[in-house]
Formats: sequence, C-alpha cells, structure tokens
Amino acid sequence: MHYGIVRYVLGLILKIEAALLVLPVLIGLIYREKETIAFVIMAVSCLLVGTLLTIRKPKKLVFYAREGLVIVALSWVIISIFGALPFVINRDIPRFTDALFETISGFTTTGASILLNVEELSHVSLFWRSFTHWVGGMGVIVFMLAILPMAGGYNAQLMRAESPGPSFGKIRPKVRETAAVLYKIYFGMTVAEIIILLISGMHWFDTLCISFGSAGTGGFGVRADSCGSYTLIQQTIITVFITLFGVNFNAYYILLLTKDKKAVFKSEEVRWYLLIIAGAIAAITLNIRSSFESLYLAIHHAAFQVASIITTTGFGTVDFDLWPEFSKGILVLLMFIGACAGSTGGGFKVSRVIILAKSIYRQLIQFIYPRSVSVIKLDGKTADEEIVTGVSTYLATYTFLFLASILLLTVDHRFDLITDFTAVTATFNNIGPGLAAVGPTRNFADMSTLSKYVLMFDMLAGRLELYPILMLFVPRIWKKN
Amino acid sequence: MRIIIVGCGKVGETIISRLVDEGHDIAVVDVDSKVINDVTNSYDVMGVVGNGASYSVLKEAGIEDMDLMIAVTDSDELNLLSCLFAKKAGNCSTIARIRNPEYYSELGFIKEELGLSLTINPEYAAASEIARLLRFPSAIKIDVFARGRVELLQFVIPQGSILDGISLIDLRKKIKAEVLVCAVQRGEQVEIPNGASVLHAGDTISIIAQHNHAKNFFKKIGVETHGVKNTMIVGGGKIAYYLARNLMSHGIDVKIIDNDMTRCAELSDLLPGAIIIGGDGTDHDLLMEEGIDTCESFVTLTGIDEENVFLSLFAQQQNPDAKIVTKTNRNTIDSIIGKFHLGSMIHPKNITAEYILRYVRAMENSIGSNMETLYYIAEDKVEAMEFTVRGDAPVINTPLAELKTKSGVLIAAIIRDGQMFLPGGQSMIEVGDSVIVVTTRQGFSDIRDILQEN
Repeated sequence: MHYGIVRYVLGLILKIEAALLVLPVLIGLIYREKETIAFVIMAVSCLLVGTLLTIRKPKKLVFYAREGLVIVALSWVIISIFGALPFVINRDIPRFTDALFETISGFTTTGASILLNVEELSHVSLFWRSFTHWVGGMGVIVFMLAILPMAGGYNAQLMRAESPGPSFGKIRPKVRETAAVLYKIYFGMTVAEIIILLISGMHWFDTLCISFGSAGTGGFGVRADSCGSYTLIQQTIITVFITLFGVNFNAYYILLLTKDKKAVFKSEEVRWYLLIIAGAIAAITLNIRSSFESLYLAIHHAAFQVASIITTTGFGTVDFDLWPEFSKGILVLLMFIGACAGSTGGGFKVSRVIILAKSIYRQLIQFIYPRSVSVIKLDGKTADEEIVTGVSTYLATYTFLFLASILLLTVDHRFDLITDFTAVTATFNNIGPGLAAVGPTRNFADMSTLSKYVLMFDMLAGRLELYPILMLFVPRIWKKN
Repeated sequence: MRIIIVGCGKVGETIISRLVDEGHDIAVVDVDSKVINDVTNSYDVMGVVGNGASYSVLKEAGIEDMDLMIAVTDSDELNLLSCLFAKKAGNCSTIARIRNPEYYSELGFIKEELGLSLTINPEYAAASEIARLLRFPSAIKIDVFARGRVELLQFVIPQGSILDGISLIDLRKKIKAEVLVCAVQRGEQVEIPNGASVLHAGDTISIIAQHNHAKNFFKKIGVETHGVKNTMIVGGGKIAYYLARNLMSHGIDVKIIDNDMTRCAELSDLLPGAIIIGGDGTDHDLLMEEGIDTCESFVTLTGIDEENVFLSLFAQQQNPDAKIVTKTNRNTIDSIIGKFHLGSMIHPKNITAEYILRYVRAMENSIGSNMETLYYIAEDKVEAMEFTVRGDAPVINTPLAELKTKSGVLIAAIIRDGQMFLPGGQSMIEVGDSVIVVTTRQGFSDIRDILQEN
C-alpha cells in the first residue's frame, strides 16, 4: 500500500468537491436563503483540506490495483462525509447520522431518504441533495480522470474500480479521453432532459433536480409525492429518460461518435434490458388494470414504476406498495436485476444475469454430455472464463453481504421482515424505496442508528460493486508492503 | 497520432511503452486475452482481443481512423496480411516485422506490392550492429549517422588511460582530433558534459566523430582500433546466420556452436564458409576445446538471457582480451551486470523500437525538418538524433550562441556537403544541413523542439 498516492488523490477529490459545492451556493444566492452559508463554509473547508493533502506531491505517481481500490472506496466515504456537513451546519438535517445517510444515498444514487417531508427543506439543500445524484451517477473519480491530466496507464485501475459491470472496456485509447467522452454524453443527455422538461412547463428548480435525479438514476424528488403531482406528459418524459440512462453508455458512444451504427444492435445486454422492461410492463399492466380507469393509465403507471425500479432510480408516481402481490413481486425481482453495465444505474446488472443464465444452461448441458466443451458468448464474442467465474464469485459475495445485512437489520426488532428485506434490497441495489414501512410514500427515518449505518455500508458497497468497500476491511491491505 | 499495434510480445511491449510515453493514442491487438489484460493494466492503451488479420477485429480497434499500423506478431505471414488489410481498410501507413530470411531477401518486391511503409527485421538489425562492433572492438556500442559517414561510439575509459582526470577543454588542447564527447555516464548518473566536465576511468562516454577521426582519436589515447580476425558464436539462430554472413563477407572467420543437429545442418548448408559445431555451448570443456581462450571475439546469442550472461562471464575469465558481445532480451539485466564491464550488450527489441520510433516521429513532423535517425544511448537515458534542416526551420542563419535552446540539449555536430564539423558559438545552421542533436529530454520530433518555448 502506497500511502502517498492515496493521500494525494484524496486531496484532489476534495478540491473537486469544493468546486462542486459552489453550484448550490449559486442556487442559494438566487433564492436568498440563509442556509447557503453552510455550503460556502464547506466549499472553503474542502479546498483547504484538499490543498493541505496535495501540497506535497508523492515521489512516485505510480499505483497498482490495490491502491486503486482503496482510493476509490475512501474517496466515496470522504466526499460523503464532507458532503453531509452542510446539512448539519444549516440545521436542515441536524443529526449527523441522518445527514450522512442522506448524502451517501445521494452520491450512491440510491435515493433512500430519512426526511419526513422534503418540502420543508431549503432550496439550496434540496439542490445539493439532487446534485449529488448527478455527480455519483457517472462517478466522481471518472470526473477527476476526465478533467485532470494524470500520467500513467495506472488510471485504468481507478476507472475500473468505479465503473459498474463485470468487465471494463475503454472506448478510446486513453483513460482521460474515455472519461471525457462518457461525461460529455452524460452531460448532453442531462441538458436534453432539462430542456424538454422546461418546455413541458415544469418549474425550473424542479426541472434541475428531477433531471439530476434521473440522469444519475438516483431518485430524490423535491415534492412529498415524488413525481406524483407532475403531469402525465412530464411523467412520460421522465420514464423515457430514466430508461435511457439505464442503457450502457458505450451504446451511445457507438451511436453518436462512430461510423458503424449497426454495432449497437449487437449488444445482447441492451436487447435483454429492453425486453425485460417490456415484459414487466405487460405483466404488471394486466395485474393492475382493474384499479385504473383506463388501460392507458395502467400502462403509464406500470411503465413509470418498472423503468424507475429496473434502472434503480426510485421515483414514484403512485404508491406501488398498495399494488397486488404479483406486481410487487415483479418489482422486487427487477430491483435485483438492475440496469445495464456501464450505465449510471445500480443493481446486479443485466449482463451479469445473462452470463449467469448462460452458465446455468451450460452446466445442464454438461450433465448430458459430460465431456462437452463449450464457451459462453456475449455479444457474439467468447467471454473470458475469468469473467464467468468472476460473476459467480460476485453473486456469492453479493448474497453473503445481503443476508448478513438483513440479519443485522432484524436485531433492533423495529420492523417486520418484509421491511427489513426490502430495505436492504432497495439500498444494496441503489434503488431507494422498498415495500411496507420503507415503501414509496414512507422513509427510513425510524430505522435505528445501527440499521442506518448498515444500510449506508450497503449503499456504498452496492454502488462500487462490493469489492472496493470490502477491501477496506482486509487488514493486509493497510500494510506498507 | 493514432497507432494500432498487432502483436504484443517483447518487441510489441517495448514499442507500446515508448509510444505511450510520447503521448500517442494506441490500440493493441493480440489473440491472447491475458496479454491484453496485462498491457491495458500497465499502459494507457485500448486493448482488443482477436486476430490482427481479421477485418472485424481491426474495425473494433478503430482501423478506419488510424494513422499507422505496426504488425509485430511472431508470424511474418500474419504481419503481412494484417498490414495489407489495414492498408485497404484504413489507408494508413504500415510497418511489418519480417524476419524469415527467405522473405527478407525478397523485401523489395514485398514492400512494393503490399504498399508497406517500412519493414523491420530485428535479427538482421542486431546482426549488423554486432558486426560493426566486431570491426571496431574498442567501442561497446556504435551507431551511425548520415548514412554511415558519422559514428556515435560508446566506450568505457580504461584504468590508467590518459583520459582519466582530464577536463574536456584540456582534452581538446591535448588531443587535436575532431571528436566531441556528447554524453558521460558514471554509475547511474548520466550527463551531457560541458567544457569544464572532468572524465574519470570507468566512465562510459559517447563520442561523435567521422570514422577516420575516431580512429585517429583512439590511436592517440592508446586504444586498439583494428577489427577482430575471428569470432566464436554460441547459439545458431537467425541473428547468428545474418551475423556470420556479414562477417564472412568482410573476411572474418566464423565458428558457430549450436546443440540442435538439424539446425546445424541447415546452417552448414546456408553458410558454406563457416565452421559449425554441433554441441552444447554451455559445456565448458567443449568451449575450451574449440578455443574460447584464444579467439579474438565471443558472441552469445542463445535464447536465454541468463545463459548468455554466464557464458560471457566465463569467456571473460578465460580470455580477458577478447571482445565479448552479449545478447539479452530484457533491459533489466543491464543494470544488474553493468558493473562487470562485460563489453557490449545487444537488445534486438530496442533496436526495433528505435527504428519504429524514428519512423513515427518522422511521420509526425512536416515542418522545418525531417528526423533521419534516432538512437538511445547511456541506458536509454539520452537520445541522439539527426535532422535534415529545411528552409522554414526557425533555427537557421542564427549563430548558435544566440539560439535559446532548452537545457539538456546539445547541438553536437553539423554535416554540410558530406563533411562533419563540430559547431562553435559562431557557427550557423544552414538550409540542407544535417544536424546531430544529443539530449536528455524525450520526444523531440522536429529541430524546432530544441528551442525554448516562449
């Protein structure tokens, strides 16, 4: 473990957070809110601490996979802590645990809230809450790689640790260009959503926050009923955009910036993703048809909820906790599947599900022809056996952490098992709302402090795909060599 | 520049590391996913797993936007095919490694027909370099500029030499020879010396001079200058073949030892004048029997670095006067055995990388000058390069003393009308000159790079 480089990169990250904190200050100035001062204080503190950490450049700017993992994990912890302090300082969320929960939920694009009524919050705090979604969606490390010239091929380690999916492929030869292209696409799509929502007549402040929330597939709203009070057209716009943000960004790169547009249809993951969405909408529509006055409305709300859950966004237009069990079952299933690899969404990822399904099928065939040799293909290309076993290990790790979290949540005897189960599901997969006591109209405020910390861990682990956060608990990694 | 590299072995990786340092966009294609994994982990490049001669793989690597394709897989045929496809699909420049002597002898035809920009044969290049060293054994490395008219020689100052403890100003006064010391390496330290720098015994120094001046210089400092009359080569691979052919054409006796009988038969067929010994080259008795203690030069060319080093150490012990040349594939060995002063070390992959880099840099610049040659000296810490100056270069017709050059840059020599001279402060660079620049900086591609940026 090379401590110098870890310290240095963490310093850089804090400097970037200082710059990010300036944006809510601008909103605060427009609304002339006294809560703004907290953000000014924190921007200055981040800059100070960041400068202190980066004052001495490490001798070697070289690092390896282990430093990459630790840097990514610690960065997320640190930006969350610094990002939570403004809420505590301006008394919008006075308890530190709650503020940290809210901020981690923001950066990890979960959207699980401890707020009883979001409408009581100052605009500046609401903005920062939603803005954390946008930053966390594509990742703060990726952002750093896009704007700071850092030498060496080792940056790929950082990007790999933060980018979701079973394998990581660059779309441009250089890490910096790859990161920049991804952010350009991300930024462009966010701006498109803002403009379209503005045209539809939404208030500009809501437009910004909702767009950030859907771009990062986060799910923090600015109204008490999430997206329920927006017009049907506005809800449809949001449905379309969150679905788009759940698609692997490589697809957009191929579509927008390469000549060979047809390659986009080769992506099995995107095909399955859209198919699963279509199937889920159809099943839920049939199931809930009777409780809506028209078929159109049933489809509309089914589509919104399905898109919101599979992309792990977590917006809501209706309280799906009141829906029949079959519909709820489908939604819980979607929570586990998650969005595409390389998107801003969380969850287990469609590509991993595909690989698992194929390896199960291969296993069955192997029982029939014990000596048969077959490889698993993805997008028409052979997937490395390493990736296939990697996915199985990932599933095992995922399951263990999941079960352990549920067990820890049941310790305090506050809620029923459905609540505890879906609370973990919703945070571990970075969705937001679960069922029962943590359903779409409820919140996480009544959870015990222990439960909140367990869920915070789950959110971070889920966003960073388990390993970076787990590495922090392996004592060996902290040794000097 | 956007470059696609097919094949990621020893040579491939050396090229990647150099080209990445110079800031190019690089896509690497290899059939082995493990190799691609390793290379994408340690360098900022894009990796594609697949056959480099497949159109769809090349397309995935972005062949349509590429400027240059470098094919350096093990197979000559694959290299040629990759280059052909790249040329058709991406209309880019192409470089292929071709090392089969059969193809190599038909190079002119192949290059022309396939539209190759450059072909490289690391074994042939290495053999040429070894041959140069054997014809001038006092130097540990010889590179040539201006089509062989000017030489860059590296040698170690022996104990008790008159160069020990002399400053460069005194050197000029004492030994009147048109010779410039352009780099001094002492242990790990490398510097470009000025007049006040003092030389010590054990230093490795690089000098630039015309061939006859260099000879004169060595005579004055009391170093042997005549070439070897015979050589003993252990390992009968491609380099040995090219080397033997080259040496025999200069009338040097060649003895090759290899333990593969079929290879020995092949060699004896290809090299009628050479003595081919079938036997284990690591067997000391055999080496003694074949006269390791009396031969004038000893070249180790087996495929295993460690074996080559130990053979050379043994040869040095038995025959301290012989010129010893050791081939190694890994540079790292150099720094470990550097203190043994084993003589010359040859790295075929570095020679290849130099060739390619020279081509890449020459492709990149079109303003003011053309890079003709590029060499790495002093454990790759110093670059020596030659530019042909054209009319619009900002360095012409100004006395050198008035040019604001970067630190660590030395204008070592100017070649005008076939004659080299060592420039002084009042010398001027003229259009059409060849200029040799020595620098501790990296990535120069144009003569204007020697100037400070304003």
